[in-house]
Amino acid sequence: MSLITITEVRKSFGQNEVLKGINLDIAPGEVIAIIGKSGSGKSTLLRCVNGLETIDDGSIVVAGAQLAPDEVHLRALRLKVGMIFQGFNLFPHLTAGRNVMLSPMVVKKVSAKEAEAEARARLDQVGLGHKFDAYPDQLSGGQQQRVAIARALAMKPLALLCDEITSALDPELVNEVLAVVKALAEQGMTLIMVTHEMRFAREVCDRVVFMHQGRVHEIGPPEDVFTHPQTPELKQFLGVA
Amino acid sequence: MTAFSTWDIVSNLLLAARWTVLLSLLAFVVGGVVGLVVLYARIARKAWLRRAAGLYIELFQGTPLLMQLFLIFFGLPLMGLDVSPWAAAFVSLTLWSSAFLAEIWRGCVESIPKGQWEASSSLAMSFVEQLRYVILPQSMRIAVPPTVGFSVQVVKGTALTSIIGFVELSKAATIITNATFEPFTVYGFAALIYFALCWPLSKSSQILERKLNVAHHHH
Repeated sequence: MSLITITEVRKSFGQNEVLKGINLDIAPGEVIAIIGKSGSGKSTLLRCVNGLETIDDGSIVVAGAQLAPDEVHLRALRLKVGMIFQGFNLFPHLTAGRNVMLSPMVVKKVSAKEAEAEARARLDQVGLGHKFDAYPDQLSGGQQQRVAIARALAMKPLALLCDEITSALDPELVNEVLAVVKALAEQGMTLIMVTHEMRFAREVCDRVVFMHQGRVHEIGPPEDVFTHPQTPELKQFLGVA
Repeated sequence: MTAFSTWDIVSNLLLAARWTVLLSLLAFVVGGVVGLVVLYARIARKAWLRRAAGLYIELFQGTPLLMQLFLIFFGLPLMGLDVSPWAAAFVSLTLWSSAFLAEIWRGCVESIPKGQWEASSSLAMSFVEQLRYVILPQSMRIAVPPTVGFSVQVVKGTALTSIIGFVELSKAATIITNATFEPFTVYGFAALIYFALCWPLSKSSQILERKLNVAHHHH
């Protein structure tokens, strides 16, 4: 039984069709890497799963919550999938702790006390328990991204979408974020990540999806995709052609 | 013929200035509340709400305040609604300032990066929750200097209400001039009183702007 079911999803921006019928089933606990050139539609696909983009055709269902453009459906969907962004997007007017506490309190009506306990636990989980009272502009990029992960986790999602979450980081800060993601994967969190970190994808992911021109061009376990690419496009992308 | 001392002139102007202050305050505060509603409509998800709010703003920004005053003061009685100068002055200044404030604030809301909307969306917040907890707290900081700056326009705008017979500072100056035949002295003092009201406002707007630019920290 899959957790996320993506069926014949199509999406255009104006005349430009960026998703041309995507099918993808993701099981609970699975870790998926989506790779491909920029413009291949990988980020758009990820954003559709969270309802940040609408779809023109097809369907996306996450644990029974169907993607639909109205606020009720979107809310139900977003309670099941969290998202981490390339640019962190922490709320700059709130401390790290308050960033993590906000949504449980506002959306789930959790008491301040409970939310604070949860926030401290989630910040501990990403190794930032001591930064509870720090504001985002007092944190490094890697720390900000870890707070963003803690913030998403505090909503207890069934799956996390990671949209190039290390692309905006200085090289020496990438590993601290990837370590957190790896730990999540080991704990059984369902993860879908758009990434350029091929080594990480190879190490951690169960399946790799290669997207090309709005389609799933190749899909399989990392050993297959990386060591035995079938299509010339993937070979070229991996630089082994 | 009665002689008017300088103190007679100044004290009468000051008494009338109370109405200028009261009218400015009311127009600014109530205009701010109405402006918030217009702002909400202006950035709402529903296209017809956005268009309606846009039309409202353009209507009040695109016509002189004096015409708005006339239309309310002379127009409403034609429809059988009798309005006093005071009511007409209050209503037109309030509507006028609400349109300007809504537009000023819309700019502040739109200066918040899109990522803030996306992050709060992905955390399952509704539109109103996003505004209340994420967007408005950040845009309010940006909005303070231009909002205080606009209050100067409101104070000066009240002078127009003298034309429909509302006795505030400008109208009082005209009445006193008619009795004393000393227009330069009287209007000079009136101008000084306006300046005393407006200068601290524009000065504090400047100071606030500098403060918010310097402050990188939010604490």
